[in-house]
Amino acid sequence: MINSNEIIDDIANKEYEFGFSTDIEMDMAPPGLNEDIIRFISAKKNEPEWLLEWRLKGFAAFKKMEFPKWQHFEMPELDLQALSYYAAPKQKKQLNSLDEVDPELLATFEKLGIPLNEQKALTGVAVDAVFDSVSVATTFKGKLKEMGVIFCSFGEAVQEHPELVKKYLGSVVPHTDNIFAALNAAVFSDGSFVYIPKGVRCPMELSTYFRINAQNTGQFERTLIIADDNSYVSYLEGCTAPMRDENQLHAAVVELVAMEQAEIKYSTVQNWYPGDKDGKGGIYNFVTKRGICKGTSSKISWTQVETGSAITWKYPSVILQGDYAEGEFYSVAVVRNKQIADTGTKIHHIGKGTKSRIISKGISAGRGDNSYRGLVSVGPRAENARNFTQCDSLLIGNQCGSHTFPYIESRNKTAMIEHEATTSKIGEDQIFYLNQRGIDSEKAVALIVNGYVKEVLNQLPMEFAVEAQKLLSITLEGSVG
Amino acid sequence: MLTIKNLHAEVEGKKILKGINLEINKGEMHAIMGPNGSGKSSLASVLAGRDNYTVTEGEVWFNGKNLLDLAPEDRAREGVFLAFQYPVEIPGVSNLNFLKTALNEIRAYKGLPALEAREFLKLTKEKQQLVDFHSNLMNRSLNEGFSGGEKKRNEIFQLAMLDPQLAILDETDSGLDIDALRIVSNGVNKLRDAEKSFVVITHYQRLLEYIIPDFVHVLYNGRIIKTGTKELALELEERGYDWLKEELHLKESV
Repeated sequence: MINSNEIIDDIANKEYEFGFSTDIEMDMAPPGLNEDIIRFISAKKNEPEWLLEWRLKGFAAFKKMEFPKWQHFEMPELDLQALSYYAAPKQKKQLNSLDEVDPELLATFEKLGIPLNEQKALTGVAVDAVFDSVSVATTFKGKLKEMGVIFCSFGEAVQEHPELVKKYLGSVVPHTDNIFAALNAAVFSDGSFVYIPKGVRCPMELSTYFRINAQNTGQFERTLIIADDNSYVSYLEGCTAPMRDENQLHAAVVELVAMEQAEIKYSTVQNWYPGDKDGKGGIYNFVTKRGICKGTSSKISWTQVETGSAITWKYPSVILQGDYAEGEFYSVAVVRNKQIADTGTKIHHIGKGTKSRIISKGISAGRGDNSYRGLVSVGPRAENARNFTQCDSLLIGNQCGSHTFPYIESRNKTAMIEHEATTSKIGEDQIFYLNQRGIDSEKAVALIVNGYVKEVLNQLPMEFAVEAQKLLSITLEGSVG
Repeated sequence: MLTIKNLHAEVEGKKILKGINLEINKGEMHAIMGPNGSGKSSLASVLAGRDNYTVTEGEVWFNGKNLLDLAPEDRAREGVFLAFQYPVEIPGVSNLNFLKTALNEIRAYKGLPALEAREFLKLTKEKQQLVDFHSNLMNRSLNEGFSGGEKKRNEIFQLAMLDPQLAILDETDSGLDIDALRIVSNGVNKLRDAEKSFVVITHYQRLLEYIIPDFVHVLYNGRIIKTGTKELALELEERGYDWLKEELHLKESV
């Protein structure tokens, strides 16, 4: 007979399934962080002088800052001098099609279940594959180009559209924002750039797969998405990384700008290496994501499914500057073994009639520790601002932790702010009930969890939702029986 | 179909079942009655495989298989169904999705293909009407916010859907008003056939006015101390359990 505690232990102790690494010749900078390295990166990328200046300003800000102390976990020791700040797969020439991509690289994507070719043909998803720091393949470019949509690597955008980059870079997440944002400003490697022109509804989901592949390589992606007046774009970001013994820092920055009546939907499925069951190794995912609803009636929606990383620390936020602008945050964060998540959102209501909605679903298993931290602030001009927050915690087993830190600041009497929170536990009774109907314990847990997160997964584009559901099942799966 | 031989079980070191013997054949309706704490619900739990019970002695055979060797889900797939006294709520999991998963798991165990959506819905509609189950409860989360009566009716609806060989109803009548009791009983009666057997656990004779048992067993202190027909239930209703206890003590002191 199966004991529920065994199931729970299995779930809690399951090893990471996607651990493998690919041998590819790397073009690597020596370890260390200093002005020379920054100049090296900038030169390597053939950047204009203003960008190098900006990087150096970021570095200057970084040097003055210290690691924060308010987070709900013990800050790991980070030796930033031991990291190498530049790595790129060696490429001899420009690629015109996927056929020219290193077959081993493509094989890696295959293993991850991301067959570029198939995706290209079947799903209509344009994929800008970021392998370590440099984009290697971009699809559907032609079609997007026809509509005036710019979707390319950050580096390419710097070369081809410097005026746009210069105008918006750091406009939402300034180089002085926080220590990791400052570090990113100084050494950012590559990332994605999207510009949707006025009145254009981007005809396909834009998707980027990030994957960390080099040992001792900090990842400093930078993404900038601008949706001009009356435009719409849905952007997907999914990640998974190979098994590594040493901790890897990931300090990305994402900036979103939505103009008049524009809408940006940004979805993330994050499944980086979480460390082994004792917490050894694993990615530190310290990301700054922020969007600004600049224009009237604009909308930004963040959806995230966070299952990986040793520590996930991020608060995708929205500044509701334009009147009647709308911000949304939908999140599922899963921790097990010794994983830590300290995540949530910040919504700043500045314009009048602005609305926001926060749905956060935390799942804690094993000795995982999950914190929701959120801020809803309403400024004096934000007449009739409205917020609804729901934050739920689901516990599996009795060694995990779940915490909620909601902050509400209102400077306008007409604002209406609602906050709901629940904590529940997958009980042995529930599992037994499902067992008694012929459903084994593993499926029972998956059924309960998928029911619990449905509201968030429904926000994801169809094919991504299916993938995320699968990922959650795999993540919480144990060898039951 | 089901043979229980000298079954002993304990929970947290406390002896609950102390030598149950019971034989149930195809198509039979057995009622198990008895005072509080006599072990009625424990017997149901042990048969279903709840893991806080430890079987210390005895055997249970179900269609030639050693039931005690099987995991709870395999017992269910073999055709043992327990209608719970306190059905749990599972938020976020729709009744329909839950039933589809359960049905297809049982079918897979039997080597049958999963039901197509159309067939499944047809079956759902049919059984819903059979046991008079509200269709508006179908898409709601499993038992979440259901009234006590609705939960019990959902158990009977699941019983109809999963079509087990042996159904154990654990105090399905408790907490039901007279109308709900009639609906639940009607449902059970419609499901009776020559292949299906029932064990109905109840405190009250009232239920047995609607569901006529072939046999009535009295469970007391972990043992079946008397077996009779439906008349025994009436007698219990009239005289209570004390005379039986006395009879037992007399026997034991001899």
